[in-house]
Amino acid sequence: MPLLLRRHSVLPGFGLALGFTLLYLSLVVLIPLSAAFLKTASLTWGAFTAEVTAPRVLASYRLTFGASFLAASINAVAGLLVAWVLVRYRFPGKRLVDALVDLPFALPTAVAGIALAAVYSTNGWIGRLFVPLDVKIAFTPLGVLVALTFIGLPFVVRTVQPVLEDLEPELEEAAATLGAGRLQTFARVVFPTVLPALLTGFALAFARAIGEYGSVIFIAGNMPMVSEITPLLIITKLEQYDYAGATALAVVMLLVSFALLLLINLLQWWTRRRRAAA
Amino acid sequence: MSIEVRNVTRRFGSFAALEDVSLEVCTGELLALLGPSGSGKTTLLRVIAGLETVDSGQVLFHGEDATTQHVRERRVGFVFQHYALFRHLSIFENVAFGLRVRPRSRRPPEAEIRRRVHELLALVQLDWLADRYPHQLSGGQRQRIALARALAVEPRVLLLDEPFGALDAKVRQELRRWLRRLHDEMHITSVFVTHDQDEALEVSDRVVVMNEGRIQQVGTPQEVYDQPANAFVYRFLGNVNLFHGRVQEGRALIGGDSVAVPAHGDTPAGAALAFARPHDIEVLRPRAGAQGIAARVEHVLALGSLVRVDLRPDAGNEVIHAELSREDARGLALAAGERVLVRPREVRVFAA
Repeated sequence: MPLLLRRHSVLPGFGLALGFTLLYLSLVVLIPLSAAFLKTASLTWGAFTAEVTAPRVLASYRLTFGASFLAASINAVAGLLVAWVLVRYRFPGKRLVDALVDLPFALPTAVAGIALAAVYSTNGWIGRLFVPLDVKIAFTPLGVLVALTFIGLPFVVRTVQPVLEDLEPELEEAAATLGAGRLQTFARVVFPTVLPALLTGFALAFARAIGEYGSVIFIAGNMPMVSEITPLLIITKLEQYDYAGATALAVVMLLVSFALLLLINLLQWWTRRRRAAA
Repeated sequence: MSIEVRNVTRRFGSFAALEDVSLEVCTGELLALLGPSGSGKTTLLRVIAGLETVDSGQVLFHGEDATTQHVRERRVGFVFQHYALFRHLSIFENVAFGLRVRPRSRRPPEAEIRRRVHELLALVQLDWLADRYPHQLSGGQRQRIALARALAVEPRVLLLDEPFGALDAKVRQELRRWLRRLHDEMHITSVFVTHDQDEALEVSDRVVVMNEGRIQQVGTPQEVYDQPANAFVYRFLGNVNLFHGRVQEGRALIGGDSVAVPAHGDTPAGAALAFARPHDIEVLRPRAGAQGIAARVEHVLALGSLVRVDLRPDAGNEVIHAELSREDARGLALAAGERVLVRPREVRVFAA
């Protein structure tokens, strides 16, 4: 280790810094999570599988993961557009719009849920417009999607924005002088450049949506088999003092989320490998 | 392919980037747009490329009006100061870009694309870098790749915006000589923008000197250097000394000295500004009967083959810069603080 120690660094010592990092991660992340696994271990294998594959639970997985994936996808498209507008155009009130993007970060999720439920219910401002089309938004799975889209937007915008700011307009001009049309320039130049950041934003929005509870329960209606999300089932079980059952669901969510995030990270690594870090 | 710019005006708000500019670029020539920053040279280049619109005036390619033609259709090769290579694409794919985005009917087959790209990479002598990515290349290499990419679409004209501006001095010199040789082989009509007078004079067939949105002079490097059209051109094309004096009967009277200016033989007598290049300044030891501007040596600096001497005249505050050859300097053996006489061998006079 003498080589490592001789290298100058602001933080004192590699050993100390690494030790702190591991301790901190253990206290904040690993120990609470392993507690979930330990609690689950009090169930027999049979009881565990029965608990996590009950029809009502399976329906909630579908809704949670499906709506989260869809919401993150919608945000990937819309967020890219918002980031593009904020980076490339100057218009009055731009700073205000820029600040608005962060609102879903800051707003207590319950407040967001109540507000969304009010606006999207059949007599709310927006929900009313959909009544003639026979589409109900609030208190249906569609409402879940709306809430998850709402909370995920800033993740995409804030990860894509800096990359777009670094994307010189000259690149687009260069593509144009080489004969590329707008669509080709976007598909061959702009999109590949922002793709890694877009994937990061997507992953963050997706992860956030899977864990979201506060804003969803107000707008979802929470009908078993239809509009009930997995976090709500966990809370329900906790309220019934079924701690083992609650942690069993938590473990499944944890494993699936981890697998999905790992997949997205791999995808990101694969796209980033091909481009400049500097 | 000749280019003609007719009475082009372009304003940004109240700032006139181009003010009624007309210019003709002949087929196969290498033309330099030279001027300080803000002179409109880059705007003019971008107008020719179609990357900038005009408020009024026309751009013609080979006699055909191209003013409203989109940059995509103009078939110009454009090289940017900061290369603008696509960083997610390999060098090969960067050069192939222009061929791959063609509509299917005009797109060459894959084998043909490969052949063309390797041919171009060989032309810029970087064939061995085909599989690398832009961030793995040096600045000089990137700029050569950018040039190959621009040439891949067989442009009718080649436009270069300060192509060597971001490179260090040595690479810059090599690259501009290389560009000149390349142009001599290809004879593609080319326009390049620079703020470096040495670069413009060394590389181009003709130089266009611009200032404040207007063309000051167009001519061969020799012409603009030897016969500058106005004081701005003279000052911009190298270091100068300025003397306030009078012009009278074909002679410029400066301090206690007078220099013949045959070109001003019939200019009415009056105040005038006389300019002299540092290498046209003669430094003499004072002796009886010698004429010249009395001055004191302030500083002597040997710079390679030249010796630069700063002289402070007794009258006036502006330091006179002189460049002497090594032999002359050795003969004079000047030291700081010594009194000398200064004589411009040749001056250029513009009305004050």
